[in-house]
Amino acid sequence: MRITQGTFSFLPELTDDEIAKQAAYALDRGWPCSVEFTDDPHPRNSYWEMWGLPMFDLTDPAGVLYEVKECRKAYPDHYIRLNAYDARYGRQTTALQFIVQRPRREPGFRLDREETSDRRVRYTLHAYALDRPEGERYGDAP
Amino acid sequence: MTGRPGFGMRPAENGSPAPDPAAGEPLAPLPPDARVDLARERSDAQADEVLDALDADLVGLAPVKTRIREIAALLLVDRVRARFGIDSGRPNLHMCFTGSPGTGKTTVAVRLAELLHRLGYVRKGHLVSVTRDDLVGQYVGHTAPKTKEVLKRAMGGVLFIDEAYYLYRAENERDYGQEAIEILLQVMENQRDDLVVVLAGYKDRMDSFFASNPGMSSRIAHHIDFPDYEPDELEAIGRLMMRDEGYTLAPETEPVFRAYLDRRRARPRFANARSVRNAIERARLRHASRLVAESGEVDRAALTTLLPDDFLASRVFS
Repeated sequence: MRITQGTFSFLPELTDDEIAKQAAYALDRGWPCSVEFTDDPHPRNSYWEMWGLPMFDLTDPAGVLYEVKECRKAYPDHYIRLNAYDARYGRQTTALQFIVQRPRREPGFRLDREETSDRRVRYTLHAYALDRPEGERYGDAP
Repeated sequence: MTGRPGFGMRPAENGSPAPDPAAGEPLAPLPPDARVDLARERSDAQADEVLDALDADLVGLAPVKTRIREIAALLLVDRVRARFGIDSGRPNLHMCFTGSPGTGKTTVAVRLAELLHRLGYVRKGHLVSVTRDDLVGQYVGHTAPKTKEVLKRAMGGVLFIDEAYYLYRAENERDYGQEAIEILLQVMENQRDDLVVVLAGYKDRMDSFFASNPGMSSRIAHHIDFPDYEPDELEAIGRLMMRDEGYTLAPETEPVFRAYLDRRRARPRFANARSVRNAIERARLRHASRLVAESGEVDRAALTTLLPDDFLASRVFS
């Protein structure tokens, strides 16, 4: 099941040129970019692992693309996303965020049903990938 | 802050930035029998403005100006060749500026960044000026991220490393400078599309730096030497600086100013244009305190004219 989080997630995968253009758009507006990765794509897992610090003072997307590629090299089977943060007073939030790499195989989620007191039923999302230990979740199947 | 900040994609505050004239649409390929007017191409690239400004604002430096004109011509011809579909590969434009202090290395680097941007060689045309401190870390594992961050910041423009020979300290083999040099070399080789590296420093020390880092020397295509200024060039520089700051020399001050420069040149630690600037700064100080001491009425001429005394009080005349 293809994870759809962030901007452009219903589009085909962006090429590196397209990623560079989006990063250039963000930098032209003064939004510093940062790269994050995770292997737990649960929708409520909003804080992914940071790949280095946010990149301040960049003017050209080449530096952003360089870090994306470095991160891909280190984590070829993780989700990687690019954030652009608008620090302007009155906004101060992530202005643009999109996935730049996803694992080859995305097993998706199942719905767990739990019966609690008074016959109430609670539901929870469980990613199939989470059944395997961290770091091995999206490699080739054993 | 004026008014409410824009929010989200609201066009007024947050709209598209002004279109960049140099980054025009890629031109359509030409048929093999087409003819191109190079003069038109030149004016389209607006490179002449930068070159003319270089000629007008910088005194002397003939070899530097010639080399930069040659580079401009090469990039222009490459652009036209590319339109005919002739692929000639990107020229290597990493440079090394050597010369005495105050010969205009940094100033030329700023102009160069602008010129390379106009000719479409670099995407943004900004100059990131760094020294050893910005590249080399203080403990193990600190250097690589620091150097990479600087390189990322310089991408799309020109990285100017002032006094580059400090990067390599021969007397300390555990110095982290070597690590910075290795990363620098790697990026200079692999990401030639993304940035131009300009090393600057004094001639003799740069020579020994290159002798101990042969890889660095061979990756730099242009070694440009900045000559020292002649006395009349220094005078012209002084006039240019005073004009920019709204001062003039009284007719009787001119020989004094010339004599001052001659004496200053002979003294140790003479730093060419920088010394001229300092001399003018000190003359301004004396000029101001003279006016205040006289405490009479002043007119426009008194406020802008430097008299011989403003220079004669200097210690080079003692």
